[in-house]
Amino acid sequence: MLPECFATGFLSLLVMPTVISVEHLSKTYRLGQISTGTFTNDLKLWWAKMRGKPNPLLRIGEKDIGNRNGEELWALKDVSFTVEQGEVLGIIGRNGAGKSTLLKILSRVTAPTSGRIRVKGRVASLLEVGTGFHPELTGRENIYLNGAILGMSRLEIDHKFDEIVDFAEVEKFIDTPVKRYSSGMYVRLAFAVAAHLDPEILLVDEVLAVGDAEFQKKCLGKMGDISQTGRTVFFVSHNMSSILRLSKRVLLISKGTIENLGQPEKVVDSYFKIGTDSLSHREWINNQDAPGNDMIRIRSVRVINEHMQTIETVDIRKKTGIEIIFEQIQLGEPIVPTISLYNKEGQHVLIAIDTNNFWENPCEIGFHTCTAWIPGNLLNEGRLSVSIALNTHSSGAAIRQAVVRDVVVFQVLDPLVGDSAKGRFTGKWGGAVTPLLEWSRNYQAPITTSGK
Amino acid sequence: MIIQPQRSLLDLRLGELWRYKDLVMLFVRRDFVSVYKQTILGPLWYLIQPLLTTITFTVIFGNIASLPTDGLPQFLFYMSGTVVWSYFANCLTKTSETFVQNANLFGKVYFPRLAVPVSILISNLITFLIQFAMFLAFVLYFVLNGTSIQPNWLWIALSPVLMLMMAGLGLGFGIIISSLTTKYRDFRFLVQFGVQLLMYATPVIYPASSIPERFQWVIQANPMTPVIEAFRFAYLGAGTVNLNHLLYSFGFMLVVVIIGSIIFNRVEQTFMDTV
Repeated sequence: MLPECFATGFLSLLVMPTVISVEHLSKTYRLGQISTGTFTNDLKLWWAKMRGKPNPLLRIGEKDIGNRNGEELWALKDVSFTVEQGEVLGIIGRNGAGKSTLLKILSRVTAPTSGRIRVKGRVASLLEVGTGFHPELTGRENIYLNGAILGMSRLEIDHKFDEIVDFAEVEKFIDTPVKRYSSGMYVRLAFAVAAHLDPEILLVDEVLAVGDAEFQKKCLGKMGDISQTGRTVFFVSHNMSSILRLSKRVLLISKGTIENLGQPEKVVDSYFKIGTDSLSHREWINNQDAPGNDMIRIRSVRVINEHMQTIETVDIRKKTGIEIIFEQIQLGEPIVPTISLYNKEGQHVLIAIDTNNFWENPCEIGFHTCTAWIPGNLLNEGRLSVSIALNTHSSGAAIRQAVVRDVVVFQVLDPLVGDSAKGRFTGKWGGAVTPLLEWSRNYQAPITTSGK
Repeated sequence: MIIQPQRSLLDLRLGELWRYKDLVMLFVRRDFVSVYKQTILGPLWYLIQPLLTTITFTVIFGNIASLPTDGLPQFLFYMSGTVVWSYFANCLTKTSETFVQNANLFGKVYFPRLAVPVSILISNLITFLIQFAMFLAFVLYFVLNGTSIQPNWLWIALSPVLMLMMAGLGLGFGIIISSLTTKYRDFRFLVQFGVQLLMYATPVIYPASSIPERFQWVIQANPMTPVIEAFRFAYLGAGTVNLNHLLYSFGFMLVVVIIGSIIFNRVEQTFMDTV
């Protein structure tokens, strides 16, 4: 132990000291049910096992998949990295990649299955805002209770009490039970306590952060402040622009392992390139369930890139395809495929129909695939939901034959490297579309009136 | 600080618990303040509850069923039983809910989980002391009115040990059950009426001396029996106690606390994955 301390101390003269070192960290969850849920059933199961009998709780004909000892999900698998003091580490990855598990282990909410983490300093997270607030207690009492839950001593809270109250702007109501607070006051007070914790290491999970946009902005601001003062910040986000703005290094987690760790731009770029996800692919195996009628049914919809791979996240600069596979069951009238995109606010961003003249004749019986290509540099950042309709037309009006709403979703992301419509700006922009327009400029020299 | 998979069985991190002593005290305060907020009688409820129970017992078991009371005034006999028993019962039921009640809190932030059961013991101890003071006031009232009561001063001096035993038994059983409820919800229901049934297996509404000789071992096997009888013997001068029974109870308490701590320690690290 001693030589190790010495070594770290010596190195700190040269570089910033390591505050967190994660060594071969793994975490497994058992898939399916943890147990049968009741004690008596577990006993029955155990008793049957002891006698070598099959699981008595299974229905006849059901297969014992043996999830009790069998399948395990590796939420994290052999993850190792170190973080230096004062570093802001962005963590990105798809849902279920293991980001939140990592934060949970770091904040000691749950224990790892193997491996270990050495941590120097107090860890706190902004995701636990308002945790442990008791509605019957007054603001004052809750500040002390919440502070203590987060690990502050009474003395520390005494010192910071006035500051906290000031920050939360609740002086007048400090002796009122918090159940009478407006939700805004409640969140402000809760955040004020967390913000005055002064941890050496701060964990922020933007996905879990409560509150409105204003509040999240405050969180981000606080993170910025904290990193300025030489503290270390772990920052989980799906918002690439915040990641790029705030992080010094980015960790990309995929399926529980480190996919990439390093310079923000590079890692975010590699994030766009990985994997498939079911959110952006929908398929109907069974003819009966497929949307449509006796004439025509939609069998599959997916979001694809230029290489025909299913993608969930779309680079704003690249063209994206919406691929529809439908089955013509009986001969009928000519079909017009239609796609619509809706953004997160429910705004109808675009509608497009296929105007190719090969749709003028009825389709042959069998499977047909058609793909709508949306050009790059058109859609704005954010989540888009796709709706599909196969229409026939009768004197100018559309008659719906097969419709499916919000069938797949995809995420448009701007890697912010400067060649998108945002140029060198990094913030969030409004507008349903952000096309790269053709701009022109004229120059008019000032007219000089002074005679020489 | 090092975060790693499993700690050794008995590494309870009591040092860390000590650092969080402010939190424990704030939990105690929260329990107290939140209980009687928005009630008219407020803290008086702490007295009304045992008083009403005692009156009920006196009427039903004393007057209607005419159970013996070791020659003690019925009112004092039942009150001593009720007050002492409810400390144990409250410790047990409240600590048994530790994980399920606090799942939300435990899921978001780390602090020594033992802070919750420990704070429950303390806040119940305060309740107990208030109620016990009321009991002593009634004893005094009866003595002033000419009832002859012979308290045993030596045994009174042992009261803290008796309280420790009750607290230990309540805590031990409570944390064992709370650890089991993270996996099996059955135990929550078991506690509800289990505690009530246990009361009838403990000399709360009858004296141990009223049990026939051949069933004495049954009643004495209950670790709470010597505690209640000793309390009565100490303050009212009547009861069946000997040192062996008390030592047995004490040993029982230690075993339960140790087993409870080991299980609690195991469960607290990963229960978030199963709850």
